Amino acid sequence: MRLLQLWAFDFCQLLFMNTSDSEEDSYNERSALVQSESPTIPSYNQDHDMSLPQETDSKRRRPVSSGLDEPGPVERERASTPDGEEEELTLKYGAKHVIMLFIPVTLCMVVVVATIKSVSFYTEKSSQRLIYTPFEEDPNSVGQRLLNSFLNTIVMISVIVVMTIILVVLYKYRCYKFIHGWLILSSLMLLFWFSFMYLGEVFKTYNVAMDYPTLVMIIWNFGVVGMICIHWKGPLRLQQAYLIVISALMALIFIKYLPEWSAWVILGAISIYDLIAVLCPKGPLRMLVETAQERNEPIFPALIYSSAMVWMVGMADSSNPGSGESFTIIYKYFFPQDNEMLWVKLGLGDFIFYSVLVGKAAATGGDWNTTLACFVAILIGLCLTLLLLAIFKKALPALPISITFGLVFYFSTDNLVRPFMDSLAAHQYYI
Amino acid sequence: MTLAVFFGCAFIAFGPSFALFVFTIAKDPLRVIILIAGAFFWLLSLLLSSLVWFIAIKASNSQDLTLQRGLLIFGVFFSVLLQEVFRFAYYRLLRKATEGLAAISDDDGSAISVRQMAYVAGLGFGIMSGAFSMINILSDSLGPGTVGIFGDSQYYFITAALMTLALTLLHTFWGVVFFEGCEKSRWWVIAAVVSLHLLVAGLSLLNPLYEGSLPPVYVITLATGVWAFFSSGGSLHSLSALCTLCGFESRASRTMTEVPLSKTPNPQPLPGRRSMWLPTAPGVCSRQES
Repeated sequence: MRLLQLWAFDFCQLLFMNTSDSEEDSYNERSALVQSESPTIPSYNQDHDMSLPQETDSKRRRPVSSGLDEPGPVERERASTPDGEEEELTLKYGAKHVIMLFIPVTLCMVVVVATIKSVSFYTEKSSQRLIYTPFEEDPNSVGQRLLNSFLNTIVMISVIVVMTIILVVLYKYRCYKFIHGWLILSSLMLLFWFSFMYLGEVFKTYNVAMDYPTLVMIIWNFGVVGMICIHWKGPLRLQQAYLIVISALMALIFIKYLPEWSAWVILGAISIYDLIAVLCPKGPLRMLVETAQERNEPIFPALIYSSAMVWMVGMADSSNPGSGESFTIIYKYFFPQDNEMLWVKLGLGDFIFYSVLVGKAAATGGDWNTTLACFVAILIGLCLTLLLLAIFKKALPALPISITFGLVFYFSTDNLVRPFMDSLAAHQYYI
Repeated sequence: MTLAVFFGCAFIAFGPSFALFVFTIAKDPLRVIILIAGAFFWLLSLLLSSLVWFIAIKASNSQDLTLQRGLLIFGVFFSVLLQEVFRFAYYRLLRKATEGLAAISDDDGSAISVRQMAYVAGLGFGIMSGAFSMINILSDSLGPGTVGIFGDSQYYFITAALMTLALTLLHTFWGVVFFEGCEKSRWWVIAAVVSLHLLVAGLSLLNPLYEGSLPPVYVITLATGVWAFFSSGGSLHSLSALCTLCGFESRASRTMTEVPLSKTPNPQPLPGRRSMWLPTAPGVCSRQES
């Protein structure tokens, strides 16, 4: 069981990596003409691909990037207009995009918190650990525990760095098939095995009698539809729902298998790593983006959640990325007069780590105030990140600000606000 | 207990604010952002005031119960003052950002007005304040238990819900009034809001003597509501317009009923106005624009 889980974990690491399936390849083959018709798509893809490899265990945290970074042909025509206008256009859709990211992030967190609060499996500490956190935390000695959690973090981050570098190397040497295969295996594992585990635990919690044939049918349908939606085509809402479910499942696995203190230190370390990997010139992500730009191809569409709005069918059929980009949930909003697409994208890794933070806040202690405070802190962090994105107009890491706020609010609410509010509630004083 | 109490108290405490959110805020992304930022500011104020209280607690003798209670009361008043400070800080932030917000709002030129921001900010404060007061109590009410088994009042849940509702509405009204006072530089308004907040917090100190706390708080809520209504530009006329025929007709007009003004076959719209409907009689309604 442990071996299987480790294997699952291993594959999940690359789960959110780019996934270009064969259709995407063929799309790429004939893509020269197509992409010129959909000017913003290459930039969209390229921006996305920036967040490719990396990630911590498995998610691809993707930096939040704006599709406006590299204007396509249509946008180049508009680029002749003064900068102020373009900036106004950028900021114009800012509020809508913020909300369109708030909603899935909120949904993912709600799913995770609801599961944590009701299914006790994910809060029970088991003796099993992931291979990535080999040091056991001894609850008796504070110093030892802290040291072990730091060592666990170092192991985890180095694993991530190594995987990122492997991915960059694979990409550089064009081992697309390998990456595809890896990705498909990872998503298989997630959609079938983890959801089977989850369903099993939910049934145990609510004491539902279930037979294997029904269960097999449910899981089979869920998994196959998920694979189709994610890797090929599917209705937009369904794709988004699957992404949210996948992120939630991954976050739950992390919450269960990461030791207490290690989880917090890892969260902090991941945000720092995100900051470095996205912003430093020699970071692996940068290299990946540059390689992709050199080759001028829309690399791996990544598992990201895009906030642009509904694609209007019939607009520019050949430029429909939905057909080729299997992992990208794309909402495209065409402003008929502008013929422009603007969106903001957030990687699934970001979803996962936000949900891990809020889930851990819900898991430790029964206090709902802490959970709510972390939730608001993360949303505000996301808002600020998007504001910075609108100002700087380049790919930014989505984790640091939100996770910092989340961590600060978690520890301060848990230790300071909780006793205060409890005392107030005991006397029924209101502030 | 359990489900009935849970749902009852949840709807009492959060029903109006939820309705306000759904009907006035949810559709506009900018307002949602301002709401959440308002909640964040309230949270910051709570954090700082709990820090101060925590330090005071740790520095004092934990065995002395009257001292602890005194420190808690001090914590209550300090928190109230800090909330108002943060409300002012949020006002300053929103004023500074007004130009930027005008740029990111989706509609051309229709930036959110200060009054709308005041309402949304107040609601944000109110929702967060209510949530922090009520959520733990609600989750406790779901489980088994006997209320007041140690001699406390059995009306704990319902009074908590009622108090939370009052506070949420009060924060909304205070937001409106406060921002208006800041805009017009009427410092007595700000002083009034602060003292009202202190008064409400002080009244809650009378709990569990609920007769002493709840009715006065609701009277204050109503009065502040009326004050906020008039302060944000409402008037008796607009109230009557809401209720009378004029309002009815203007609402009905949006369903495209046309009333011909004269017997000419194709009545042209009045020059310079886009009128969807025409008054049936002079003086009934003053508005003709659609």
